[in-house]
Amino acid sequence: MIDLSINPALVRKLLVEFIRSEVTRVGYTKAVVNLSGGLDSAVSCLLAVEALGAENVLALRLPYKTSSADSLEHAQLILDQTGCRSLTLPITEMVEPLLERFPEMTPVRKGNIMARMRMIIAYDQSEAFGGLVVGTGNKTEILLGYTTLYGDSACALNPIGDLYKTQVRQLARALEIPEAILAKPPSADLWAGQTDEGELGFTYEEVDQLLFLIVDQRYRPEECVEAGFDEAFVHRVIERVRRNQFKRLPPPIAKLSSRTVGYDFLYLRDWGT
Amino acid sequence: MNVTLALAQINTKLGDMQANLEKHLALAKEAWSSGADILLFPELSLTGYVLQDLVPAVARRPQTDDPLFKALLKTSQDLDLVVGFVEEDPRHRFYIAHAYLSQGEIVHIHRKVHLPTYTLFDEKRYLAPGDGLRAFDTRFGRLGMLICEDFWHISSPYLLWLDGADLLLMSSASPGRGITGEQIGSAEAVETMMKTYAQLLTVFVAHTNRVGFEDGLKFWGGATVYDPDGTLLAKGPYDEESLTLAELDLEQLRRTRTRLPLLRDERPELVRRELERILRHD
Repeated sequence: MIDLSINPALVRKLLVEFIRSEVTRVGYTKAVVNLSGGLDSAVSCLLAVEALGAENVLALRLPYKTSSADSLEHAQLILDQTGCRSLTLPITEMVEPLLERFPEMTPVRKGNIMARMRMIIAYDQSEAFGGLVVGTGNKTEILLGYTTLYGDSACALNPIGDLYKTQVRQLARALEIPEAILAKPPSADLWAGQTDEGELGFTYEEVDQLLFLIVDQRYRPEECVEAGFDEAFVHRVIERVRRNQFKRLPPPIAKLSSRTVGYDFLYLRDWGT
Repeated sequence: MNVTLALAQINTKLGDMQANLEKHLALAKEAWSSGADILLFPELSLTGYVLQDLVPAVARRPQTDDPLFKALLKTSQDLDLVVGFVEEDPRHRFYIAHAYLSQGEIVHIHRKVHLPTYTLFDEKRYLAPGDGLRAFDTRFGRLGMLICEDFWHISSPYLLWLDGADLLLMSSASPGRGITGEQIGSAEAVETMMKTYAQLLTVFVAHTNRVGFEDGLKFWGGATVYDPDGTLLAKGPYDEESLTLAELDLEQLRRTRTRLPLLRDERPELVRRELERILRHD
């Protein structure tokens, strides 16, 4: 039995402390969160509010014209629950000129542009509001690379990046996130009818268990097969994790000198704080 | 004799020794006014833990003319201080070290012997391992010090025990891992170990640990003191800075060892014989 259950009360406490520590130690008191209406950003937003106070968290709702109407409403449920500050700014008129320039544009390109436009707004509001951008990417999507580089993956700190999607769901229940958000199928909501599981070709339930064996338990591929996973699925997931390593690291710098950022100039982000 | 032991579990500023020193001195004042005889700080309490390339910048020679040690030694006129720092030796090797300071003197320095360099740990990249495990005499009896990974090796407390230590002072900067239990996973493992050492060696075991974050690493605090029966004498809170006081009745050593003469019955000669055989590699 592969058990991904967590102690949500413990995790909640740790993550609230993490946000408070990482925001305040660099002289900030506020945070900005892109609130999509989905589960992950709802969790990040609630944790940020608990850490910093409702008046210190700015939640952004950034719909595109094809965004599901549910998304705005579900984000509203979180705004009502937390009482945090909010700003709703449709991105349609911002991205449309670029999309029109390339009529043949694929949904993936369009989706990336939307994700990056939301990043631009989050970072602009970071400056305007004086808050750090709190990330919303979970461990499953980070490992699978199911994210837009410099888009939704961009943030100053990420409280939920070491929780698999099914673990975020457990935490969400403890945070009393409304059932409507908990129950709906996860979606990047970049085009109508898109769902994560439809696009990935497997369920979070399945892939989280497999990733847990591969990553956390250090199982070899053949041991995953022995544990009951389909061999093709195992190899597809391993390959996907490998191919997306580039999204998890800063870009490589060509080493020329005796001391190079990233290789032998090594300091924590929290250096001096 | 009774000894009042104070355990500080503190957050630190990474690489800011002046700020960390001030916190040490403030806590020493508080501990002293609470009647403490000894104040134990966590691993690398004067520097912070994930130092990486900061190691040479924070390294110190523990000498009376060093301004940092000067301030600490002055305070050690009031109570004994046990502090964590990076030691630089005369040939510029750097060690994770713990210093026992008493009545203006540096009584003993322990250099961390086991440097974890696996998973999230990378100590050997930056630091040299110590090469000795010695108990030492203080005005409160014979003690031993171990730093974090040192006590994950069963031979470390064993050797200090045979060398005469009746009180083991353990210090950590232990990053929490494990989110299924009541407390963060690593806490339970360390507490079990401390209690077990106290029972098996019939000694006092005190442990303190960092709190706060360094990047995403979370240090969990939770200082403990066990007596030679393995009874918990005091426990600090998890995750918060605090000062935990414990009253140690050293006569408990006699009472426990009369009932349970494990030290008397230990057979170090047998251990040596078997070790020599094992180490001959034939």
